[in-house]
Amino acid sequence: MDIDALAGCLSSSACLVTQTTSGLIIGMLLFLVAVGLTLIFGVLKVVNFSHGAFYMFGAYFAMTAYQLTGSFALAMLAGAAGTAILGLIFERVFMSRVYGADVLMQVLVCYAFVLIFDDVVRMIWGPEFKAMGMPAAFQVMPLFIAGGVVPPYYLLLIGVALLAAIVLGIGLSRSRIGKVIRAAAHNPGMVSALGINTGMIYGGVFALGGMLAGLAGALAAPVRSLTPGMGFSVLIESFIVTVIGGMGSILGALIGALLLGLIRSFGSLGFPLFTEGLMYLFMVFVLVSKPTGLFGKEAA
Amino acid sequence: MTRTRTPGISRRSTLALMGAGAMSVAAPWVARAQAKTIKIGMPTILSGRVAQLGTSSRNAVMLEVEKVNAAGGLAGRQIEMVIRDSKGQPQEAARVARELVNTDGCELLLDGEASSGSFAVHEVARDLGVLCIHTCSEASSLTADPKQHIPNAFRCVRQGIHDSIVGGSYAASIAKAKGLKKWATCSPDYAYGRDTTGEFTLYLKRFAPDVEIISESWPKLFQPDYTEVVTKILQAKPQALYSCLWGGDLTSYIDQANIYAMFSQMEVFAVNMADYTALTVVKNLPKGIHSGNRYIKTFPTTPENAAWGDAYRAKYNEYPTNWSWQNATAVMFLAEAAKKSNSADGKKIAEALKGLTIKCPFGADGTVTMRGDDHTLVGYAIGWGTTIPQEPYVPEVKAGDWKTIFELEAEWKKSKGYT
Repeated sequence: MDIDALAGCLSSSACLVTQTTSGLIIGMLLFLVAVGLTLIFGVLKVVNFSHGAFYMFGAYFAMTAYQLTGSFALAMLAGAAGTAILGLIFERVFMSRVYGADVLMQVLVCYAFVLIFDDVVRMIWGPEFKAMGMPAAFQVMPLFIAGGVVPPYYLLLIGVALLAAIVLGIGLSRSRIGKVIRAAAHNPGMVSALGINTGMIYGGVFALGGMLAGLAGALAAPVRSLTPGMGFSVLIESFIVTVIGGMGSILGALIGALLLGLIRSFGSLGFPLFTEGLMYLFMVFVLVSKPTGLFGKEAA
Repeated sequence: MTRTRTPGISRRSTLALMGAGAMSVAAPWVARAQAKTIKIGMPTILSGRVAQLGTSSRNAVMLEVEKVNAAGGLAGRQIEMVIRDSKGQPQEAARVARELVNTDGCELLLDGEASSGSFAVHEVARDLGVLCIHTCSEASSLTADPKQHIPNAFRCVRQGIHDSIVGGSYAASIAKAKGLKKWATCSPDYAYGRDTTGEFTLYLKRFAPDVEIISESWPKLFQPDYTEVVTKILQAKPQALYSCLWGGDLTSYIDQANIYAMFSQMEVFAVNMADYTALTVVKNLPKGIHSGNRYIKTFPTTPENAAWGDAYRAKYNEYPTNWSWQNATAVMFLAEAAKKSNSADGKKIAEALKGLTIKCPFGADGTVTMRGDDHTLVGYAIGWGTTIPQEPYVPEVKAGDWKTIFELEAEWKKSKGYT
């Protein structure tokens, strides 16, 4: 425990800026993965244990597109679009067969695909770790804001994740499709009776969830090494986020991810040997005080 | 009408007898053919996050075994390698090692496991009495601790304590020259990271007593994001940073630290940087990272080493790793020991290995020695240098002095109660 370091940081604007942006960066990437997870659970009532694989595929698709085209924008597009298509196929061909089945069956199917997807990546891209590399446009000196250090690439990352959060929030609450999705989550039988193809809604939601995880993987690719199985650790933290925020809540995923990011960022100064523990401790605290999570709703 | 069997030998019995006769004539030939081949078992990591190292170990072994077989084999017996995946799990490594000996009939073992698995395989070797050469574990205690000593096990690997002495001495000379007194460390939070960092700082402070460690970070193994670690180090404002992160963790860390311009704010000492697995993967390798040599074909700067690196690359279309040269050296030792003892028998090879010095592309002076008293490799090329972003990646390596290593290693062993 190093309370002096934490107190020193809290009283220094430079440290506050650096650590806060550091927390936002960790949190926003986590949000993109976790929001897909929570969205799929909210509508399909399936805990998608294979969600981390979409993060992994997003990173690999982006790296391949970047190597082929040299375009960062196309790399991001490939990461997001590729995983959306993969999500749609995965849902239509496999997951749609286990809706309503025993939870254990759903978990087994997802877990089987975690292993299958890892092996597919190993076969296509090889078992060794790979790096995409930082695009030339972002190989610049970091910005110094109030004495704090902020890399420009991370500003882009935060911006994209924030944009995704806003579009998702407004889209679900205001647009017609959003309303149909919410209706399908609440009463799929009624939505189906009104002549709406719920199968396509489920496929679309799964594709959207996969796309968000893929986008997170693509954004992470320039700064994280790519390796088969890389989605696993992200998945665990995403589960913590969804548990803290409340399963099925998009706002909860955002707040949960940001809180987790800030805990890791400031925790590494004050509690360097207990940073991971702090995250779990916080989760336990939330679960004890509000078992459904910060923004979760009681089951009807 | 019924058929009755006439007494005497039937046609079926005659055929059976002829078959048995043929078998008895053929059997010695089969036995002779088996005697011509010697099976060597090798558990190593062929799947999971460090599969690349296990694969490079297998490649290096096969490269050398082909040469040995072409030259007549091990005391006249052709080598047949039986290589199995342990998945990096110690219990699986022990199971595989036992199966290789008991079921597959392997007479020797090459242990291509990381440290955790090596200690498990070591116990199998102790139990079965089979000759075992460890080819990947750098944990010093494996051979330094007399409790681990068995007559049939050897280590053909660089050693943590050797690296720490050379690294500490090198870093101290830079620290003194550049006035680097405030240091930070950032290493993976498991036995290797903690031990190696502890030994490095021990010798750094010994050679440069003014040095002070002002910040320590222990990210967990295979952590995907190091942002909070990078910013924590930036807040501490050290003049130098030591890290023994490795593989994908090291490349992630470098990419993430790069965009904070960390490498322009402090001297960085990353012991595991100078390995092609990391050097060729990092797209924007900063200039001037200090690193220990793992495997690079330009150190030692001999035609033999360069030729070996090129031959490996030509065959496998990739560069060798640190584990590659160690495994290749183990096969070289086996071949020389078999020649010396004129036998492929494990016990006789073990006897011949003790104190054996062989010509080797990876030797500091063109030779390496299997030290007799603790069965460990000494005399290999060891040094530190600074990186550049393109080949040869580490253009100049300052070689470590084996005389100093031996003196300080003896002192360290005494302090640990090993001697």
